[in-house]
Formats: sequence, C-alpha cells, structure tokens
Amino acid sequence: MAATEKAPVTGAGPFNGVLTWIDARFPMMHLWREHLAEYYAPKNFNFWYYFGSLAIVVLVLQIVTGIFLTMHYKPDAGQAFASVEYIMRDVPGGWLIRYMHSTGASAFFIVIYLHMFRGLLYGSYRKPRELVWIIGMLIYLALMAEAFFGYLLPWGQMSYWGAQVIVNLFDAIPLIGPDLSLWIRGDFVVSDATLNRFFSFHVIAIPLVLLALVGAHIMALHEVGSNNPDGVEIKERKHPATGRPLDGIPFHPYYTVKDTLGVAVFAIVFAVVMFFMPEFGGYFLEYNNFIPADPLKTPAHIAPVWYFTPYYSILRATTENFMWVLAVAVVALGALIAFSSRDVRVWIGAAVGAALLVVGFFTIDPKVWGVVLMGVAVMIFFVLPWLDRSPVKSIRYKGRLYKTALALFVVAFFVLGYLGTQTVSDVRTVLAQIGTVVYFAFFALMPWYSRMDPTKPVPDRVTW
Amino acid sequence: MRTANILTALVLLAMPVAAQAAESVKLDRAPIDSNDFVSLQRGAHTFINYCLGCHSANYMRYNRLRDLGLNERQIRDNLIFTGLKVGDLMKTAMAPKDGKEWFGAAPPDLTVIARSRSSHAGSGADWLYTYMRTFYRDPSRPTGWNNVVYGNVAMPHVLYQLQGEQVLKTERVMRPEGYAEDVQRLVLDKKGLLSPAEYDRLVADLVNYLDYMAEPAATKRRTIGVYVLLFLGLFWVLAYALKKEFWKDVH
Repeated sequence: MAATEKAPVTGAGPFNGVLTWIDARFPMMHLWREHLAEYYAPKNFNFWYYFGSLAIVVLVLQIVTGIFLTMHYKPDAGQAFASVEYIMRDVPGGWLIRYMHSTGASAFFIVIYLHMFRGLLYGSYRKPRELVWIIGMLIYLALMAEAFFGYLLPWGQMSYWGAQVIVNLFDAIPLIGPDLSLWIRGDFVVSDATLNRFFSFHVIAIPLVLLALVGAHIMALHEVGSNNPDGVEIKERKHPATGRPLDGIPFHPYYTVKDTLGVAVFAIVFAVVMFFMPEFGGYFLEYNNFIPADPLKTPAHIAPVWYFTPYYSILRATTENFMWVLAVAVVALGALIAFSSRDVRVWIGAAVGAALLVVGFFTIDPKVWGVVLMGVAVMIFFVLPWLDRSPVKSIRYKGRLYKTALALFVVAFFVLGYLGTQTVSDVRTVLAQIGTVVYFAFFALMPWYSRMDPTKPVPDRVTW
Repeated sequence: MRTANILTALVLLAMPVAAQAAESVKLDRAPIDSNDFVSLQRGAHTFINYCLGCHSANYMRYNRLRDLGLNERQIRDNLIFTGLKVGDLMKTAMAPKDGKEWFGAAPPDLTVIARSRSSHAGSGADWLYTYMRTFYRDPSRPTGWNNVVYGNVAMPHVLYQLQGEQVLKTERVMRPEGYAEDVQRLVLDKKGLLSPAEYDRLVADLVNYLDYMAEPAATKRRTIGVYVLLFLGLFWVLAYALKKEFWKDVH
C-alpha cells in the first residue's frame, strides 16, 4: 500500500535505509516536512517571536526537572517541607534541579506574558488565527492552575496561606460556594488531603492537559500559518512556479538556528538568576515560604507569587465603594452598545443586561463581584479576536488610539501587579481601582476605538 | 518595530520602583564572609554550644560540616555532645512542647532561619546580626529580656554572660531643625565576659554559620554558575555565527 508508493528517504547517509523503513510505516517525513522543513514562516520575525519556542523550552525544562523532584519529594503534610530541604541538601545536585524548577516557574510566566503581548502588538489573534489564540488562552489557564497547585507543595507559610486564600475564593460563590471549597480542599482547612490532591494535579493531571493543548496550539498554528510584525498574510503572495509564499522561509533551518540563538540568550539570563539570585529578591521564592506551614499562625501579609498579583489586585480593588464605579461603567457601556445599534432587540438586551448587573452589584456581596471580576479579567482575553474591529492587524499600521490604549493597558497591568505584592492602604486601593478600570476599559471599549482609529495602509509584502 | 520599542520603554518606565515599606528598625549589615572557614567553624561552635540546646536544625546533618574544612573525627570530637552519630540531623534535646510551656512559644527550627528572616529591609543575616545584639533588660517581660528588632520576643538573651546587660535609654536630644526629640538607644549597663568588639565578632561568626546552614550549596552554586555562564557565552557565539551563516541567503 502506502509503503510502496513513498519515495525512499535520502540525505541521511548511513541511516537512509532505516529511516525509509520507518517512513513506510509512520508519517515521519510527512511530519518533518509539514512542521519543519516545509513549514513556511514569514521572514520578518523580530524579537517578540522568540517566546513561542522559548515557552516550549521552559515546558520541557519544567517536566524534566519535575520528574527528578518527584523522585525525592514527599507529598505529606508532615514531611513535605523537610523533603524539599532534603532535596536542597542531601540529594546530589538536588539544589540545582530545585532551583531550575522554581526559576523555571517564574520564567514560564515571563515568557508566556511576552508571548501574549506579541499577540496584542501584531494582532495575532485576528482571523484566521482565532483558534490558535483560544487554545493559547486555554494553555494559559492550565499554566495558572499548574502554578497554583505546584506552589502548595513546598508546604511553607506562603504555600499554605496562599492556597487557603485562593480556595476560600470559591466560598464566595452563592449557594454552592462553601460545599465547593470543601470539596476542593477535601478538608475543612488546607491539609494533608489537600496537599495530596494538589500533588496529583500538579504532576500528572494538568501536565497532560498542557501537553495536549500545546500540541493543538502548534497544529492550529501550522494549519493557518504564522502571523508577522506587519500583519500581512504571506500565503496571499505565492511564487507562481513553486507555490511557496514569497515572503516565507522554511522553519528549518532558518528559524531553528535563529531560535537556538534565542535559547542561548534566554539560558544566559536564566542562569544569572538561577545561580546568583535564585530567590530574585523574594519574588521567585518568597522569604516567608522558608517557614514551615503553620495552620495556627496566619502571616500578617499574604501575597501570591508575582504572576498572579495583577488579578489579586483586581480582587482586592472590588470594595463596596467600587460598586458605584462598576454600576456607572456598566450603564455607560450598555448605553454605548444600544447607541451603536439600530436593532431594537439589542437595545432591550443592553438595557436588561445592564439593569440586572446593577441590581446584582448592590444586592450581592462585593466580595463575590471581586471574584467575578478577577475571573473576567482572565477570561476576557478569549473574546479578543471579536473585540478588535480594526481593519489592520499589526500595531505598525494602527493609529494613535490603539497605541495609547495598549500602552495604558500595559501600565495598568504592571501597576496592578506591583500593588498585588503590597499590603492594602487607602491610596493603594484607589490606585488599584483606577488600574482595574483601565484594564477593563481596554477590552470593553475596543470595538469602538479600534474602529474609529485611523489606520495606515498595509503593504502588499512584509517589510524587511 | 519602533512602536514596539516605545511600548517596551513605556513598560520599563511604568515598572514601579520597588519602594518598600521601611522597617521601623534599621538593620545593621552583617560583616560575614562565606569563604572564611575559621569564622564559619567558630560560628558552628557557638551555634552548637548555645543555640542547639533549645533550637533544632532538623534539616542539617553534622557531617555536612565537612564543607567548613573539618573532617568527621573533628566533628565527632568537638561538635557532637549529644551522643548522636556524625550522619545524624542536628536535633535538639528539648521537646517543642516543653519549649512552648516554658517560653510561651516553641523555639523555631533554625536550619533556614537566615532565609526566612530576609526581607526588603535587609538580608536574613543582617536581621539575625542585629537581633542578637539588641537584647535589653526589661523587667516587664517574663524572661526579663526584650529585643529591639523583635519586640516582646519569647526568647531570653542566651548570650548575656558574653555580651553583658544592655538597657534601653530614652534621651531627649535637640534636632538641628530646632525641636526636641526622644531618641532611644541601647547602653551597656553591666559588662560581659567579652568586649563589645569581641561580642560583635562572635555574633558575626554565628550569623555567618547560620547563613551558611540556610543554604549549604550556595558557594558551590555561585562557582558552578560562573562556569555555566562561560559555557553559555561560548554557546551564544557559536549560535550567533550559525544564524548569521544560514541567514545570509534570506533576501
């Protein structure tokens, strides 16, 4: 059958025979060509295009170091903290593996945030890449879960109380909340039962999901082709004879060697942190986490690790006073939606939706809305492909409005992130509330400002 | 690309300066040197003689002290007083329950204390160095001792025979700006066996040891780090050359 129709593998010297044998029984050359040797990527990738391959590198790093840590770690409330110190002291090279894993966790989020920001810069979520973006968002959610479950394992004070705070968020859900958080913990407080199930999620359940999603992410990407800093579809300009995109170059060898260079630079930065400042000033390894978990002693200041702090800030910003701001914002948005449409059904929908939300804001506990806002802050990225109505993809050809909006969003994200690491004060709460408003305005108003924004003409070919 | 650069610059500008809430007490910088084996050995000696009676170091093994230039016989003969084996963990004889009953709080394990006491105000070593030198007599406390860095601490001043007894004096001083201000400072009320300079040295050695014990692999980590960076630098050069060579034909 297929085995006889395929051309023999060439170019592998003494391995031609064995590779031909394999290729007759497995789509080896097909995969090789489709995803590497004949996957045509735009030739104008810049700095922001390193982070996809770096994310895969960090994923592999986390899995490999994780395997070795699991050999020595004990998911037992009585032994967990000691077993981590055992890894740091008595296991040969254990400290190195552990620091790789702890630094890798933060590095993963840095890489992913930059990877996502690239999407915001160049409109990589726009048609036809909506599914690439959505699968990517699912990866981000899985990564957050993975980080959350993993952070409990060292069983330090921050591990313990951080998990306690996050699981307690589910308490806020009306009706089922308390039962749900009890079900998640498996106990009335975070305990050995919680540690065991979090360990299980961290080492097998979530990693499996992550790997499958990463596979789907790449498959979807290779189906539609990569975007580029100009937002030009390279598939629209093909060589008449070969049918290859004129602005495309084979991923291998061009981007494999270029990404190798990226890995080299990344590895240098990674090594500087890992070998010379593994705690990274208390941001990668929190100082309080060197105190064993004590269920009877609540730390004065509980802060999640830095990568969750923007959302934590949004949660804390949702106070009783803030409900007025939310109410005004929802009414204004409803009016804006109604105003932009001639359809009576849209008017009714906007009015009813806004009215229901406003009633909800003042009848349901603000704590619940804090949790809701925090969830929406993450989930809202999913609908980004449909919020952006700009005729162009890339920021290079977008106007001042989008550039300003994105800049404000980035500032808000950083300010919220910083505030999330700090204790609460009146001024900080107001700042966090302003940050929250800016954060959501970026998304909520996008359908309007992205359409109004004057754009520059997009070239036919990529600029190079 | 220009827009991207401007955005990057904005991001960097917006990064809040890590202005941390100032601790009420300014920490002294611990004069420690992780390569000074004599200091580390003296610190280990002080730790085992004075601290290990109540505090454990449950994640640290005695024979790890070979890091400090000692052999197992020296460790066994000079540093183990509790009949433990040289490969055993540094346990304390005092039960945590007793500690809680006697002092109001069980003495914490000290293995990683130098890491957990780190803060934005200073390293854990700085905190410990300041803490061990700022005990003062306070008759209102059950133990008769209080501390400047750790107010109302349950721990009594274990090293008072060496340091002597300090008291907290409040003095009214005239500020150059022209108003009076109460300033508190510690005064040595009764002399100890050591001079203040000798005592500071003893505490510095002890803190040096505690800092070592919190992460015994730290020195090795930094040494290996230098070699790894050298290797990665070389790797970067090769990767760069390879990329240049391949990308020559992209037009």
